[in-house]
Amino acid sequence: MKFGVIVFPGSNCDLDSYHLVRDVLNKEVEYIHYSEKSVGRRDVIILPGGFTYGDYLRSGAIARFSPVMNAVAEFADKGGLVLGICNGFQVLTEAGLLPGALCRNHHLQFRCEQVFVRVDNNSLPFTLSASLGKVLEMPVAHGDGSYYAPPELLEEMKANDQIVFRYTDQNGDVTPQANPNGSLENIAGVCNRAGNVVGLMPHPERAGEKVLGSRHGLIIFKSIISYLTGREVVRNV
Amino acid sequence: MSDQDLHRTLGLTDHEYKLITEQMGREPNEVELNMYSVMWSEHCSYKHSRSALKLFPTTSPRVIQGPGENAGVVDIGDGWAAVFKIESHNHPSAIEPHQGAATGVGGILRDIYTMGAQPVAFLNSLRFGNLETARGRYLFDGVVGGIGGYGNCVGIPTVAGEVFFEPCYEGNPLVNAMCVGIMPADQLVLGKASGEGNLVVLVGALTGRDGIHGVTFASEELSEESEEKRPAVQVGDPFMGKLLMDATLETIGKKLVTGVQDFGGAGLTCALTETASRAGTGIEVDLDQVPLREEDMHPFEILTSESQERMLLIVEPDKLKAVEEVFGRWDLKPAVIGKVTSGETVTARYRGEVVASVPAASVAGGAPVYNPESREPAYFRELANYDPLNMPLPEDYGEVLLKLLAAPDIASKEWVWRRYDYMVRTCTLQGPGGDSAVIRIRETGKALAMSVDGNGRHTYLDPYRGGMMAVAEATRNLSCSGADPIGITDCLNFGNPEKPEIYWQFSQAVEGMAEACRVLNVPVVGGNVSFYNEVQGEAIYPTPVVGAVGLLKDPAKQCVPALRRDGDHLFLLGPQEVSLGGSQYLKSWCGKVSGSLAEVDLEAERDVQDLIRDLINADLVQSAHDLSDGGLAVALAESCLSGRIGAQVNLAPSDYLPLALFGEGPSRVLFSVAPEDADRVSQLIMEAKVESSKIGIVKGDALIISHGDDIILKLELSAMQAAYEEVFSCIME
Repeated sequence: MKFGVIVFPGSNCDLDSYHLVRDVLNKEVEYIHYSEKSVGRRDVIILPGGFTYGDYLRSGAIARFSPVMNAVAEFADKGGLVLGICNGFQVLTEAGLLPGALCRNHHLQFRCEQVFVRVDNNSLPFTLSASLGKVLEMPVAHGDGSYYAPPELLEEMKANDQIVFRYTDQNGDVTPQANPNGSLENIAGVCNRAGNVVGLMPHPERAGEKVLGSRHGLIIFKSIISYLTGREVVRNV
Repeated sequence: MSDQDLHRTLGLTDHEYKLITEQMGREPNEVELNMYSVMWSEHCSYKHSRSALKLFPTTSPRVIQGPGENAGVVDIGDGWAAVFKIESHNHPSAIEPHQGAATGVGGILRDIYTMGAQPVAFLNSLRFGNLETARGRYLFDGVVGGIGGYGNCVGIPTVAGEVFFEPCYEGNPLVNAMCVGIMPADQLVLGKASGEGNLVVLVGALTGRDGIHGVTFASEELSEESEEKRPAVQVGDPFMGKLLMDATLETIGKKLVTGVQDFGGAGLTCALTETASRAGTGIEVDLDQVPLREEDMHPFEILTSESQERMLLIVEPDKLKAVEEVFGRWDLKPAVIGKVTSGETVTARYRGEVVASVPAASVAGGAPVYNPESREPAYFRELANYDPLNMPLPEDYGEVLLKLLAAPDIASKEWVWRRYDYMVRTCTLQGPGGDSAVIRIRETGKALAMSVDGNGRHTYLDPYRGGMMAVAEATRNLSCSGADPIGITDCLNFGNPEKPEIYWQFSQAVEGMAEACRVLNVPVVGGNVSFYNEVQGEAIYPTPVVGAVGLLKDPAKQCVPALRRDGDHLFLLGPQEVSLGGSQYLKSWCGKVSGSLAEVDLEAERDVQDLIRDLINADLVQSAHDLSDGGLAVALAESCLSGRIGAQVNLAPSDYLPLALFGEGPSRVLFSVAPEDADRVSQLIMEAKVESSKIGIVKGDALIISHGDDIILKLELSAMQAAYEEVFSCIME
């Protein structure tokens, strides 16, 4: 089982995903430079947080033209698992691999804080270890996290169960106070139609050790690992 | 314009001009005079501060590199070193708060990685005027946005800081930025242009007309015309900063570079003359090879531009290709602009002609050292004689405490730090809001504690004691987390040193700081002096800011202010001698900045810090919080609020309750202990011969303070929380 973490110019949470996978989960992980034309033989590709190209123009708008993004699209097309965190989520929406867009936080400020998100779809490779409605505590750290999709698209996404995480209070209730950025319907994370590409604004890789305040982010990585392990088992039978 | 007029316009005195001609052996041409003027500015030459700064102790068995390089370097064991420095960006921030603050962060970042260290944390110390004016709010909001904008983008967490508000900072805010890095000790690179024939390489952003004479601007008082100097403020590009940092560190890690110097104040002139003079070499540079952002820049503009995000590398010719490869991976193109020569002269050619040829050591270090006149200001004794104990007693101490908690100086700064990414790199064990931040070091299993402190009000009323207290408080904050202080960096913010009263404040404060460093056994490894913080002739409070770094051998033992468990015993450690002079109580409740400060007993300070660290390391402490602004009552409230639990406290018999509740003095720590450890702790305190008293217990959901049989203060947590946490959202939004 191999993880790859893409490093765009300006990515800065690449290190955090890398360490979590290598040191906490003890899995194989490598960085993938943005100029690569292939993502190689890997099982999971993580697009990390950061400020690709300084977020100039628009978050993720330039990074999506990186050579490696064609390879990511092909990888996703063949069913490979792609996880976009924060800026990685923004790159995936810009690249059209995920629906919707991430706009400026409604209060116009960068916001770094612990939030709660509820798992609203636990049938994905990224969430299968969580119970439906499970509330996870994770940090957010972004200025452009306000999720938006036009009404028809939103309806379609709901029909396809593509809304994966919502900001809630500690009890799992969707409230305006629990929404850190003005996201439509408190949406914190979504997936593509096939369910193999997920993007979320909160940082599960920052919530993987007790000393950092929360271990709730691990459930996403552990889901991925058990999904892949299951697949490996099937393959070996 | 004759040369004589020119040197005055450039901020040089006639005497200095004469010295330049003597050191050069001839009259400088216009380009050369520009080079001298930026390097002999106060900002670069420290000509008014150098003699006083000699008082600082700068060595210890841990110190690898003291002051004089881009940053100080201190051994932290296991073959690793911590690298840190604080620097001011006050003047630019007064004119353009967002970019001024952002480039302050970018500049201090470069100072750290230039040495070969991976930056791991930012801290900052800020001062503003009144938030009731639109301009005050604009400056505050802009500076916070600028600090976050740069730090968040480069991916280094901003983990601690302080913000205070006094009318004296209204037109001249203070923005002091600190950066801490770590590196394998043997990876240290210095800013030296050694090795004749080695290439001088410039990499990073293009050179433009921004920030020309920024250092000269920083070396004079602000006036109504300062707004016109907006072009002297540089513009930051954190994205380029991040690429440059990563690539530079990679070249250092791969041992591809001989010397590294960042471009800060005074631009190329500074980088060339400093690297050459440190190595005792010369440099020949061709200005036509400098990649420019705009055409037809004059040679002096190329030589003094302060365009951000540029680095100077000294590279052996056969390693150039490898260096180009590293930078090329991030689309950066290093430009060879010259080579190291055997002489001690920096020579610049432009369009084939020599436009400047200056002795490197003279430009970089030949500025005169002044011993300015010093005079005790008239206000000093007058204010010191004021007796705060004559003020009428408040009727309701709860109301006083709520008012102090809601004072912007004390209130929760969450509105500020939630705009900073304080978690990126996933090493932040303790973020903003406590006494000190704690960053783990993955490579050694240990951690660094860090804190930044200064109190302008105290230093104004008594510069000598204020200086001592700044060092004492910064190191005490580290000790309260369980860490051993290993070094400090200082940012000395003062008015115009050519005024004898200001120089008196400066020299007194430096003497006090130096004395504290000696007794507390903590070296000064670098720092920055910012003079001329004056608007229309009115100086700021003298404001020395101390950034302290400590080593926490076992991160699992780190201690925080938050009270933990119902029934834990509360102890107050340290001398009981306090004063209301210069206190937050006097400022916020009585509207006065006056009185004399409590005495500082540095031996007692050292004993208190040693003891609290020992107790923490023996696992006997549940929480620890340093007492500072607002005294015991505010420290209790903060400990309750961060632990979300109440406390019941009995005050020692007191003739004047405001003094007992809100009096301020150094060397005091509030800490809590599990009931089963209380006897053991009492015994250890007795053995250490440190003053201490058991003052109460952790209990319930209110803070209750009694004096004798009377309850004199009772506040529910929710009431204190409302006062403490909502101030900035209310003012700013």
